[in-house]
Amino acid sequence: MKSATIQLETLTCPSCMLKIEGAVNNLEGIDKETVKVSFNSSKVKLDFDEEKLSIDDIEGAISKMGYDVIKSKVK
Amino acid sequence: MQRHILSHKNHIALISGVLIAIAFITEWTTENMQIVIGALIIASVLGTLPILIQAYQALRVKVVSIDVLVSIAVIGAFLIQDYEESAVVTFLFLFGAYLEQRTLNKTRLAIKELTEMAPESALKQMENGEFEEVEVDEVDEGDILLVKTGAKVPVDGTVLTGEGSINEASITGESIPVGKEKGSNVFAGTILDNGTIQIVADRVGEDTTFGKIIELVEEAQDSKSEAERFIDRFSKWYTPAVLVIAFIVWVISKDIELAITILVLGCPGALVIGVPVSNVSGIGNGASHGVLLKGSEVISDFSRLDTMVFDKTGTLTVGNPTVAETEYYGDNSDEVLGYLASVERESDHPLAKAVLENIGETTFSTVENTEVVKGGGIVAGVNGHRIAVGNVALMERENVKINDKAKADIERFEKNGNSLVITSVDGELKVLMGVRDQIRPGVKEDLQKLRKLGVKNLVMLSGDNQGTVDLVSRELGLNEAHGNMLPEDKQAYIKRLIEEEGQIVAFVGDGVNDSPSLALANIGIAMGSGTDVAIETSDVVLMNSDFSRLPHALGLTKATARNMKQNIIIAVGVVLVLLVSVLFSEWMNMSIGMLVHEASILVVILNGMRLLKYKLK
Repeated sequence: MKSATIQLETLTCPSCMLKIEGAVNNLEGIDKETVKVSFNSSKVKLDFDEEKLSIDDIEGAISKMGYDVIKSKVK
Repeated sequence: MQRHILSHKNHIALISGVLIAIAFITEWTTENMQIVIGALIIASVLGTLPILIQAYQALRVKVVSIDVLVSIAVIGAFLIQDYEESAVVTFLFLFGAYLEQRTLNKTRLAIKELTEMAPESALKQMENGEFEEVEVDEVDEGDILLVKTGAKVPVDGTVLTGEGSINEASITGESIPVGKEKGSNVFAGTILDNGTIQIVADRVGEDTTFGKIIELVEEAQDSKSEAERFIDRFSKWYTPAVLVIAFIVWVISKDIELAITILVLGCPGALVIGVPVSNVSGIGNGASHGVLLKGSEVISDFSRLDTMVFDKTGTLTVGNPTVAETEYYGDNSDEVLGYLASVERESDHPLAKAVLENIGETTFSTVENTEVVKGGGIVAGVNGHRIAVGNVALMERENVKINDKAKADIERFEKNGNSLVITSVDGELKVLMGVRDQIRPGVKEDLQKLRKLGVKNLVMLSGDNQGTVDLVSRELGLNEAHGNMLPEDKQAYIKRLIEEEGQIVAFVGDGVNDSPSLALANIGIAMGSGTDVAIETSDVVLMNSDFSRLPHALGLTKATARNMKQNIIIAVGVVLVLLVSVLFSEWMNMSIGMLVHEASILVVILNGMRLLKYKLK
């Protein structure tokens, strides 16, 4: 398990959070308990299984929803 | 393609706005209906595209968002050939989103300014011994870094070579430069005003003090109160419910116009955004005034405060006590002072520092078998003698006889507001010292401000003797003051206030020895000068131990709590008015509904923004 912090472009609608949460939760290998989308700091924090998917997959799922990823950090 | 359309949302809003303007002008002047309808159709289709894409994306992850409601409404209006409505509604929705983004960015500015102070690059020593510029993420603990004049210290570390002075305003809020030399600690985010230093990295990234502060503030602004969680759950069901209601209305009344109007009116925008906006503005204001508020729950508790309990030393007083009076008993006083200094050298108690400063040059001896008696003092062996240094309770424990003269001295010292440091050698009383601390400048005025803001009780708890405590209490005009209290006594006192008297209690302390009380109180307020413990155990941190921030903090939380309530009332009120109007009035339609809806969102954001400018009168 690795934990990622993904910085997004500024989020403006609270329903964006639901959408991003939904998009990320649909991926295989995400620890759903850890997914946290913060509205004001426009960040997504989550733990994922690096054997099942990569950070690029997660970023891809988010940007497909129309939210630009500014940078991400994996630890 | 989808992304391309979404990234040009603002341009689309602009174009559709121009088209709508053309349509209306044409309608008034030439009455050429072909141009009017053509322009409106283009504006509708263009404006619907981004909304439709967003709706589709939301539905794919099983979320019924506002976009879904608006899309259905617009398509409905289009089908019944009401192009004016469909064009105006899409335009207002897009334009509203643009304004929301602009204003929301303003509310987040204060916190953004803080995070932008984070260092980004570092000069790291490579294997060949040369320093190269790298990103701060690439620095590990133990790396050696070079910091030049004017640069930001990239990590928390220790100075290896060189010296300089550092502006630590980002950590302490105090912009007076602090001198640093070999062995000094330096903090990430502070700026080297002059000199050049090499440091070894002790903590990097989010583990640094600055990193922790940023993380705290970021988490705080997104933390949710009970009320917000309720609104969240509510809005999850609210939007689908509006959809269902609109459908039922359509089936029963066969009035498509009414059904799609309900879809637009039912959008929950202001309700969902109102509370977070107040929260982020309030916390942002605090962050730029040296007050860290950890989340909206803290704001709500703090604003309803009944009693404020203070630690004395270091909180109400300067915390830098000095020896004011001394009495000697028996002879060999030079020797005794040497023993006393040797024992006190082992302690980091503030009284010990004062005693050492007072004694000055002396002969130090080796200290053995040091025993710290909690709430009493220290017992240790020096040169074969049993030395006890502490208060009256310790002397009793050590069976030290205190004669009548000494008793009178002790009484006098206490009455003068001294803390006592009594020294006995082999069970015999030798030295009595009276140590006094000064009240922090400005504290009296600050306490009066707190009272004006509605704090009912101001209480001081201290480990010091009752005489000192009473003196400080009278000077400051406190409601209650209790001395001779151990950390667990303070804890019990706070527990009683909360559990038996049902009060909301804040505890203000320095965060290290008072951490149990800080944790137990409804609101733990740490006088932090950038130390980790203080920042972590408390709910509110006053940066740089600045007591004068306290009234601002209280006033700010009260203003923020009020602001949240106003926003909830505005949001709920608008929805109610709209729903009543659609049922009982002639003038309500989709466009007006959308206009009012977007206006209410802007009103709550603007209302929240007022908090950024909040200042205590």
